[in-house]
Amino acid sequence: MANENTPKVGALGTLTNGFVKENPVLRLVLGTCPTLAVSTSMVSAIGMGIATIMVLILSNTIISLFKRIIPSKVRIPAYIVVISSMVTVVSMLVKAFVPVIYEALGVYLPLITVNCIILGRAESFASKNSVILSALDGLGMGIGFLAALFSISFLREFVGSGTLLNNFTSLVPFLGENALGGFNGLDVASFFAQNTNLEPVKLLILPAGGFLIYGFIMALVNRMNHKKGKPSVTMGCEGCNACEKEAK
Amino acid sequence: MQNAKNPATSNQENIQPASEDNNSLSELKMTVSPHIKSSLTTKGVMLDVIIALIPTLIAGSWILGPRALLVAFIGVLSSVLAEYLYNRLMKKDITVGDLSAAVTGLLIALNMPVTIPLWMVAFGSAFAIVVVKQLFGGLGRNFANPAITARIVMLLSFPAAMNNFVMPVQWNSKTDIVTTATPLYNLYEAFKSGSPDDYFSTLSDFPSLTSVFLGQMQGAIGEICAVALLIGFIYLIYRGVIRLAIPVSFVGTVFAVMLIAGKGSLNFAAYQVLTGGLLLGAIFMATDYTTSPMSLKGKIIFGIGCGLITCFIRLFGSLHEGVSYAILIMNLFSPLIDRLTRPRPFGESKKGGKQNAKA
Repeated sequence: MANENTPKVGALGTLTNGFVKENPVLRLVLGTCPTLAVSTSMVSAIGMGIATIMVLILSNTIISLFKRIIPSKVRIPAYIVVISSMVTVVSMLVKAFVPVIYEALGVYLPLITVNCIILGRAESFASKNSVILSALDGLGMGIGFLAALFSISFLREFVGSGTLLNNFTSLVPFLGENALGGFNGLDVASFFAQNTNLEPVKLLILPAGGFLIYGFIMALVNRMNHKKGKPSVTMGCEGCNACEKEAK
Repeated sequence: MQNAKNPATSNQENIQPASEDNNSLSELKMTVSPHIKSSLTTKGVMLDVIIALIPTLIAGSWILGPRALLVAFIGVLSSVLAEYLYNRLMKKDITVGDLSAAVTGLLIALNMPVTIPLWMVAFGSAFAIVVVKQLFGGLGRNFANPAITARIVMLLSFPAAMNNFVMPVQWNSKTDIVTTATPLYNLYEAFKSGSPDDYFSTLSDFPSLTSVFLGQMQGAIGEICAVALLIGFIYLIYRGVIRLAIPVSFVGTVFAVMLIAGKGSLNFAAYQVLTGGLLLGAIFMATDYTTSPMSLKGKIIFGIGCGLITCFIRLFGSLHEGVSYAILIMNLFSPLIDRLTRPRPFGESKKGGKQNAKA
């Protein structure tokens, strides 16, 4: 982080920070609501991830550009205005180019506005760093969000409905009907149903199963970080500075 | 329960004088309670529960066919295996020897219809042991009864397989297995019709109360034979493993509410008590030490709560069976019930507070 008392990490460090080390979903536990809501299918999870990446990059860039103009007392409303404008732009793009995803995400697309990840990055990173670093941070955090959504939705869709990347063509309708050889996801369940009595565990596409898988993957990532000897991350320290002031 | 009660009573006598002069505490030679130890062990309790379940298992496999034994075997085996593997993997003490995993596996198997695919039994057992029990710290730290949670998880995950009940058949006869709805569905219709007794008389193949009592009906392996369950109940009471409070208040509440709901039809209320998983749940699963309140008052509140939720689900819900949800919901309430019904320590005033300590 670009805090005064932490060493400078550079462009590459800023980008990769969000992948695992400070993964917004799995390490900072931000953006839980969209994560649980859209991770029932991989295609909608990927759609959500890409839309969030776009909003994150745009809002981080713009907020970083205006960081000296925005008065600090009204910064949160100002950030929300910027973020919601970007969400409007992105949701119009989604509606125009991938209408099925627009339908699938439903209310969660406009709700990106209140996704804590975006406001959190604006407050703790974009308002303090240069434009390029902020854009990179947005991209990195967005990729971390997408990766978390991808892994959760992979397990939930695979075990919960017995499919993988079901309805994949709806993600890339602009490539035409037969793009990628007409690949439209795998139906693992019916393959198993032919020879065995295995069937999908429907619990996992219910909310309860979402929480379970979320917890398991979070524990796995925490364990990976523990093994590397990295301390656990606490959210919002860089934005608050309360204990720093005390120390000084 | 007795295990927990005895130290509690002996505790008060020992701590009371000590707390009056804290300074001399270090000079006193004290041993940590419990001072009176009972011979009751976890393994002994679990063994008693297994013994109490054996009549039910025998009755279930006699009525529904020998596949019930296979289901029970797979349930126990996969539970024990899951516990062993988890302990090995997490480098913890192997706790398979306390038999609690075997009880969980057996209870899960008894909650299944006899036609259940075996891998589902294994999945449910592994879920109960690893997710519900071990991840929360093992025996005594689980927030909900593992067997009940596994049953609910399986009901949500495999609704078709979990409701695939068969008519009881003499398994050595050549008749084909017939899949049917449980009597609970008929009871639901009877409630809706307004006059249950008239409704029963219109049904041609509705089992009589005697045959329901003996287990001649559709249902899960362990829930059909009321006689066998009651034998197990008497054994557990005799051995002091469980107390009367929860089963009696649970079943009593269901009976009372159903008597009102059935407009005074004793038949209706008796069918409600004898069908479905009520007896199995009330005797073997609601009485789980970890997930039920400790005091007598708490136990009665717990039992009444279970009974009321069961009745509401059975009468007004979209499901015809509510025992497992009732127990799970009350499991989550039991820490709160424990706080509200904490027994008053000797010497404290009725209004609570520590007046004694001030004096």
